[in-house]
Amino acid sequence: MKDLLCSIGFLGPSVTGVALFFIAPFLVVVYYSVIRSPLNPEFVGLDNFIAVLKNSSFQTAAKNTAMFSVIAVPLAVVLSLALALLLECRIPCKSLFRTFFLSPMMVPVASVVLIWQVVFHYRGTLNVMLAHFGVDPVDWLNSPYCLLVIVALFLWKNLGYNMILFMAALNNIPKELLEVADVEGASAAHKFFNIKLRYLSPTVLFVAILSIINSFKVFREIFLLTGNYPYTGLYMMQHFMNNVFEQPDYQKMASAAVLLAAVMVALIALLFKAEDIFGKDVEG
Amino acid sequence: MVKNRYLARTILTIIAACFALAFLMPTALTITNSFMTQSEISANYGQVFKNASGSEGKTYIAETVNLKFIPDKVTFSQYITTLIKSPDYLLKFWNSVILVAPIVLLQLAVASLTAYGFTRWRGKVRSFLFFFYVILMLMPYQVTLVPNYLVSDWLGLLDTRWAIIFPGMFAPFSVFLLTKSMRRIPSSLIEAAKLDGSSEWQVFTDICLPQCRSALYSVAILVFIDYWNMVEQPIILLKDAAQQPLSVYLSTINANEVGLAFAIATIYMVPCLLLFLHGEDYLVEGIAHQGSVKG
Repeated sequence: MKDLLCSIGFLGPSVTGVALFFIAPFLVVVYYSVIRSPLNPEFVGLDNFIAVLKNSSFQTAAKNTAMFSVIAVPLAVVLSLALALLLECRIPCKSLFRTFFLSPMMVPVASVVLIWQVVFHYRGTLNVMLAHFGVDPVDWLNSPYCLLVIVALFLWKNLGYNMILFMAALNNIPKELLEVADVEGASAAHKFFNIKLRYLSPTVLFVAILSIINSFKVFREIFLLTGNYPYTGLYMMQHFMNNVFEQPDYQKMASAAVLLAAVMVALIALLFKAEDIFGKDVEG
Repeated sequence: MVKNRYLARTILTIIAACFALAFLMPTALTITNSFMTQSEISANYGQVFKNASGSEGKTYIAETVNLKFIPDKVTFSQYITTLIKSPDYLLKFWNSVILVAPIVLLQLAVASLTAYGFTRWRGKVRSFLFFFYVILMLMPYQVTLVPNYLVSDWLGLLDTRWAIIFPGMFAPFSVFLLTKSMRRIPSSLIEAAKLDGSSEWQVFTDICLPQCRSALYSVAILVFIDYWNMVEQPIILLKDAAQQPLSVYLSTINANEVGLAFAIATIYMVPCLLLFLHGEDYLVEGIAHQGSVKG
């Protein structure tokens, strides 16, 4: 009994806050998503969802956001693992390299945006450099290439953080196992795919989830680089939400949020499942 | 064989150095460019920022941009302008501070209590609750901003700082990280203190918090950088331009002030870089302890 009271005491403030600022309003959001309007609360089933799904801005935003994640997340996983492995090799100044790789995560997006503008402008540094190789100038931020630019900025910012996660996980692999493999003459590739990757699978999952979440945050870079009305290829979910908040259209807002939450939950469940299957024999 | 190994090492070092250069350059360039004169900035980058420039024809603008590392003439004039002559920017900086500082402090306070609760008592309800926090933590802003907006609207907090501070205070991110690190404290330590007659509160303040010092520090850094960087929340919950943080304001700076922009951008990252240089090892440890989302 005393335990229960104590635990309520410690958990209370947070649970109250979360309930007040996240859960209760989210329930209202769910409610809004199935009614005609707050003034005319008639149950309309899935009408609002269908309307949002048919909305062309929503489609563009969903397509771009998904496209971005599909390109950026695997790259974020593979490259940060590569960096972690690189720092496992015998190279000098490891801790200095770690600091350098990690530093972009601490630099506010707003601060480096000026440099990105200079680099990716039509008459910017990148095109000047490419011209030396005879490549025609590309309008990086106003052409289909824009997604690649944003992927690069995303990787620049997030690789260091993921790398630390992988470095920690690599450190936790039982050394004896790798030694046995060495004695038995296993090749480096064999050791990597059959031992290391198995033990890394929870971290791969974690980095993937983290990167998916972070890929929703890439709006910051886009907004600061190109403002409220970017090239269509950079129109992200957050842009759509901003427009909806602008009006504000509660039905659209609510059904978009519910849809997104459902997609996220499904995605996370899927990744958990995948990790269960892939890493089950090393779970301990 | 030996020769081969040297070759491999050299190649790996060169690859690492290339990455390091790519990671460092943008930051370094921002800092060095903040010491350029306005005319040098206009000459170098005029093409990029010219759409709003009013002084065309008077200044020399290069045909293509000319990204320079070292200024021709080192000057502190941009800093003098931002820091002394036009207090506008300092005001925005201050806006950032009074938004972010309460969020970091309050979120850590609430989260450390919660983490202790999740560490000391486990049951079905509490582990479900923890799982729920993890799910909430994984939700993007596009989802959580809608409920936040509604509550702020009901409570009349829209367009005040509290619309950002309250949800920030209860954000589940640091609960997750702190619970992870509190669960690493040997339970024998806590049991021993209980046998000595310490109350729960004493166990919390005298054992748990000191044991988690480095975790608290690293979580503070992570929360700080996340909110120092925020863009989504202020443009929706805090539309009043006078109260917006520097992160949003920097993007609206116009072409005549590009020189200033570099100085402001540098000032804006100074707190982050200082925190990073001071707390890097804690930060690395804190990130490493996250492990995985499960368990």
